[in-house]
Amino acid sequence: MRRFAALFESLDSSNSQEAKLKSLLEYFREGEAEDLVWAVYFLSGRKIKRVLSTTHLRSFCLSQCGHPDWLFQECYDNVGDLAETVALLLPEGDSQAPAKSLSAVVEDLQRLKNLNPTELNDCLRSYYGQMNTTEKLVFGKLLTGGFRVGVSAKLTAKALARLSGLSENIVQERLMGDFKPTAEFFQSLISEEGTAGGAAIPYPFFLAHPLHSIEEGAAALDISSCSLEWKWDGIRSQLIKRGGQVYLWSRGEELITERFPEVAMAAARLPDGTVLDGEILAFAEGDVLPFSLLQRRLGRSAGNVSKKMLAEIPCVFMAFDLLEAKGQDLRERPLIERRANLLQILTPGACGEMPSCAGALSEYLRVSTSMSASTWQQAFDLRAMSRSLKVEGLMLKDLQSVYGIGRKRGSWWKWKVDPYSIDAVLVYAQRGHGRRASLYTDYTFALWHEGRLVPVAKAYSGLNDEEIRQVDAFVKCNTLEKFGPVRTVKPALVFELAFEGIQLSSRHKSGVAVRFPRIARTRFEKSVEEADQLSTLKALAAANGDSDRSAY
Amino acid sequence: MQDLVVVRESGLYCPAGDFYIDPHRPVARALITHGHSDHARAGSQCYIAERSGLSILRHRLGDDARLQGVAYGEKLLFGETRVSFHPAGHVLGSAQIRIEHEGHVTVVSGDYKTVFDPTCVPLEVVACDTFITESTFGLPIYRFPETEKVADEILRWWELCRSNGKIATIFAYSLGKAQRILKTLSLKGEFPAPVYTHQAVEAINELYRQEGVALPQTRLLTAEHKAQTLRQEGALIIAPPGLVEGSFGRRFEGESAFLSGWMQVRGIRRRRALDRGFVVSDHADFQGLIGTIEATGARRVLVTHGSAQALVRFLQERGLEAFDLKDLYSHHEQYAGEE
Repeated sequence: MRRFAALFESLDSSNSQEAKLKSLLEYFREGEAEDLVWAVYFLSGRKIKRVLSTTHLRSFCLSQCGHPDWLFQECYDNVGDLAETVALLLPEGDSQAPAKSLSAVVEDLQRLKNLNPTELNDCLRSYYGQMNTTEKLVFGKLLTGGFRVGVSAKLTAKALARLSGLSENIVQERLMGDFKPTAEFFQSLISEEGTAGGAAIPYPFFLAHPLHSIEEGAAALDISSCSLEWKWDGIRSQLIKRGGQVYLWSRGEELITERFPEVAMAAARLPDGTVLDGEILAFAEGDVLPFSLLQRRLGRSAGNVSKKMLAEIPCVFMAFDLLEAKGQDLRERPLIERRANLLQILTPGACGEMPSCAGALSEYLRVSTSMSASTWQQAFDLRAMSRSLKVEGLMLKDLQSVYGIGRKRGSWWKWKVDPYSIDAVLVYAQRGHGRRASLYTDYTFALWHEGRLVPVAKAYSGLNDEEIRQVDAFVKCNTLEKFGPVRTVKPALVFELAFEGIQLSSRHKSGVAVRFPRIARTRFEKSVEEADQLSTLKALAAANGDSDRSAY
Repeated sequence: MQDLVVVRESGLYCPAGDFYIDPHRPVARALITHGHSDHARAGSQCYIAERSGLSILRHRLGDDARLQGVAYGEKLLFGETRVSFHPAGHVLGSAQIRIEHEGHVTVVSGDYKTVFDPTCVPLEVVACDTFITESTFGLPIYRFPETEKVADEILRWWELCRSNGKIATIFAYSLGKAQRILKTLSLKGEFPAPVYTHQAVEAINELYRQEGVALPQTRLLTAEHKAQTLRQEGALIIAPPGLVEGSFGRRFEGESAFLSGWMQVRGIRRRRALDRGFVVSDHADFQGLIGTIEATGARRVLVTHGSAQALVRFLQERGLEAFDLKDLYSHHEQYAGEE
């Protein structure tokens, strides 16, 4: 645990990738495999279940340092992180005391769940009493299940690759999916032979690079040798059928098979040794349903999808690539070949090249259309249809491209439609978290409705540091009221907001819900009166044609 | 009862003695707690400050300013008041100002710290009825580590920079912190490689040396110095924080560190695009503030600079008569201000 905290500190106190890599390597070179594997587990973004409520941790901390609740809140607002606030408030422990290993700590954590509150506090006291500030921070993160380190899974894989002499891709592949953090797994992870029994293991996803203009595209691609596909607005997933079993993985490496039983049942009919890449979509009568409906399906705990919900929000797997067939890894084959193979598997009864429901294996396994264009103008015109088809834009893929790993510039591009935009007024502000702690960076924006400003969206991103400082100073000098951490500010600043989607919604006060709102730029030269009307936003939603069908 | 010191548009004012303390606008008579630019501003007709800080004030305010020096503890008479300056332990020549009038004593703390600093006289706790205190780090999350230990960390970091062939640059306030860290590091032993100082730092170093504070040998960084040479030497640079963003950092590319009490909070540390943040402050941490306030025996505490509201409530709940002195110094609101 002490070594791991020291690693965390050195990773945290450096901006250089090379230095971080060095720290990781030094860490992995020593120590027991049973501890190192947990480090890999956490560094690659995996979490253990929260063993303690944040409320409990907070009251434990208060009972130890004797401060009133309001003072804790004041501190938390300045720090922006619970585990860190606790680490700073609890007295410095005896860091010379013998420390437990990382795996022993994790094992202990599992036991905390069974303790009564008094035993639990005794246990916390003895732990915290032996830690320095960094160790307290790391421990608090483990306790509350919110562990995130400033290291990417990729960098971890890179370090392990250097350690083992294996290629980075191989290590990255072995780290896909769920793994049991055991010493054996760690040994096999860095061994020549590799990890055994990987029937469920997905391939690393290949990601497209964003394309901003025709000029940029023209420099990188020959449009006439590209497959053009719709960029679906769903959940990117990999569908695996191996050894008679079906596994559905989200890109966040979460197993979501049981949440989409209709897809899983359909996939049971796939030949063994098949892996598809695609997008889960809420889909009915040949039409994509709003993302918010798909979210309701995703929100269901695994295996708990009601018949009613299945009927109301049917989902499909929209496949666009074939990574494995007959147990053979096809990723090094050109896209054009993989697509032809994909069509054969999913529409065995079709005649001709186009996917069709007539010959489909299942209506729940669809093939995303591959289109072509001979000029950039044609591609541009196709992309212009995106909104009416309820897709996010166009994917451009070189027909000869292999299926790579991660986001690489070159053969796969995503060309999204331009976002919607609207001018709105800043009305509420709240302090940020993490690196933005103590600054007012979380904003709520409003539009005009019958002479009043009605809040429509929250946005956190889009400003640079200098602008954040300006707005922060404005908020501090122009606060009208405080409600807990939220400040109502004088309506004076106008911002242009950009967002991807928009829906009428009875759940929102304003009557509309926007997707991915962010600040496009400041419009301080505009007066508040010049901000947009709510009716303008509603008209966009109506024109868009989709409304939230939920019955709330 | 009317307070002995009140807030006026130009700053803290004592009506019975007709003088201002650290005014932020030009006034007739200004008593100065220390030479940081947010406390010592130009334009007043006459300045009174502690003797050892006088040359720093001269450097900051220019040759034309009328300055008068006073020793720690020396009694002055202004109107109906008796005034004296007492060590604040913040930087060289920093003082708390004690004002006595009709048997009532008010102390204006200025900025102060309670921990050892080899470059200035340590804080003297002055008994008083009313204490006007700063509260820059007035939250219990601020509990500063021992400077000794931080100095060890800094030396280890410098060593790492040298072994990686990188220049190590420390950004620290040119008045006070730069000298304190230089002296503290030198007390650990001879420097393993040359230490360069930016001219803004070196100018203050010179004033410290003239006042009898022995600082280690440093080299003045000039336009002739090449980054390549410094890299080969394994040099350490000490420069003012204002240079973090700009051509300086690019010219002497390498590892950079910032010394400040604010570095205690990870979010703030990460927001600065620096490699390292070391927790070294010339202000009192929370315990330092509370300990000092209680030791003065003051019944009435007026709080300014920083986390005033929280500290006021904390003191009130401990039974003290405490208020937020809504001073017009707004610069301490954020970490970006000069410490």
